[in-house]
Amino acid sequence: MSEPRMKDVSSPVPALVIRRLWKSYGQNDVLKGVSLQVEPQEVVTIIGPSGSGKSTLLQCINFMEPFDDGEVIVNGKHIGYLPNTGSTRVRMPEKQLNLLRRDIGIVFQQYNLFPHLTVLGNVIEAPIHVRGLSREEAIARGRQQLDKVGLLVKQNAYPSELSGGQQQRVAIARALAMSPQLMLFDEVTSALDPELVGEVLATMRTLAQEGMTMIVVTHEMAFARDVSDRVIFMDDGNIVESGRPDVFFSNPTHDRSKAFLRRLNGRHEPSISSALTTSA
Amino acid sequence: MDFQFDIFLASLPSLLRGAATTASLAIVSIVIGAAIGLIGGICRVSRRAVLRYPVILYVTVMRGVPLLVTLMFLYYGLPSAGILLEPVTVAIIALAAVNGAYVTEIVRGGIQSIDPGQMRAARSLGMSYSLAMQRIILPQASRRVLPPITNESLTLLKNTALVSTITLSDLLRSGLEVMTWKANTFSPFAGVALIYLLMTLPLVWLNSFLEKRYRLR
Ligand SMILES: Nc1ncnc2c1ncn2[C@@H]1O[C@H](COP(=O)(O)OP(=O)(O)OP(=O)(O)O)[C@@H](O)[C@H]1O
Ligand SMILES: [Mg+2]
Repeated sequence: MSEPRMKDVSSPVPALVIRRLWKSYGQNDVLKGVSLQVEPQEVVTIIGPSGSGKSTLLQCINFMEPFDDGEVIVNGKHIGYLPNTGSTRVRMPEKQLNLLRRDIGIVFQQYNLFPHLTVLGNVIEAPIHVRGLSREEAIARGRQQLDKVGLLVKQNAYPSELSGGQQQRVAIARALAMSPQLMLFDEVTSALDPELVGEVLATMRTLAQEGMTMIVVTHEMAFARDVSDRVIFMDDGNIVESGRPDVFFSNPTHDRSKAFLRRLNGRHEPSISSALTTSA
Repeated sequence: MDFQFDIFLASLPSLLRGAATTASLAIVSIVIGAAIGLIGGICRVSRRAVLRYPVILYVTVMRGVPLLVTLMFLYYGLPSAGILLEPVTVAIIALAAVNGAYVTEIVRGGIQSIDPGQMRAARSLGMSYSLAMQRIILPQASRRVLPPITNESLTLLKNTALVSTITLSDLLRSGLEVMTWKANTFSPFAGVALIYLLMTLPLVWLNSFLEKRYRLR
């Protein structure tokens, strides 16, 4: 059911390459050699049980969590550690890291809007102070992004005056205002009341159709099935299964994915059961 | 009770001169203390040990040693080490240092009370640590720290009375002088207490204004 989108075949550089990523918190191995490649304009959803390392994986992609081994390459550029430094890994200077992070948008489950700034203030803050845009330019672009998420009318409101769904859409606009090349979403609808989930998913759907490269950690199986090009199932720090959504949902090959999907189905949540019963 | 209105009136000019000294000492120490506290608080939450540990030491010392002892040490103790300081200098150093220590703790608490998600969101947008501090964390923390800092300033204002022990003619000492001169204790002391009270009122009002204002959002 996903719209066939124009793939950027001319670009040989993958949007993201992750090789043998290892990460542990103390004794707790959270990522155990994860490898993943995402092409430009691809939409990848990541699903998996709680504690399987999905959030940690996203946090490693923009190096908000340093990893222990392996490499992450975003648009052809290594992030976190300097490449080819032999046996000892050298952490890259903060300045360089900040430059790389500008191009990676991330949206969190807790929207994390800046409460002391207006909606527009939230959206123009980084473009002005990080990208160095003029105020006028940033406002013009910021308004565009707010319009896109349907919240231009709220530009002068403060985050506390908005519903959860609206706040989350502002958070998406804030990330988009930096013109990122890759967008990460970490369970962005999980904190929302059920009736507010739709508006946020619709925004993400539009974004996907416009060709944004997206990695979406989600529990919304309908979204995974309808919008993504690829579904990745993670369990216990590993990518267990990866494939086209229609194939994955109708015919999962791995026992653990089967068990996971069965458990979801058993819960009789409308979005999930419909995702699995309606044929793709 | 030996309250005599004429003595009270006669003591006023002298008391007001003392009050001016007290007020200027307080204002200078509050301003310097706030500056120390801001820098101290930021260093206190730094990941760098070279910034963090000296501040921890400073705060511990200033909070643990009575202000009176600090004053006396600087005024009577340092000269034996060959360092002679004016009483005013001693008073300002001691008051600003102790105020700075308390404000440091307030600022640290204010910064740490901000949801870590704020820093994460800011850094994820590509902001440097210091830019995120400046633009995202401190503006939010300032709303929370201003009321307690006002409160601390009030305490400091009253603690200035201790400088009378190092020969400074502040409000308290002026009162004591009038007392000896007029051989009447009650009247000048009523004046002293009243003037302290009047000087603290603006801070009390500021405090409740700030608390009300920042409760709103
Ligand atoms: N900051 C941290 N310190 C220590 N352990 C952590 C930290 N963050 C995550 N973990 C641990 O890492 C593991 C993976 O966590 P992660 O948040 O990546 O899982 P997840 O797949 O996103 O789960 P969920 O679906 O609940 O969000 C968990 O065992 C968790 O306890
Ligand atoms: Mg998570």
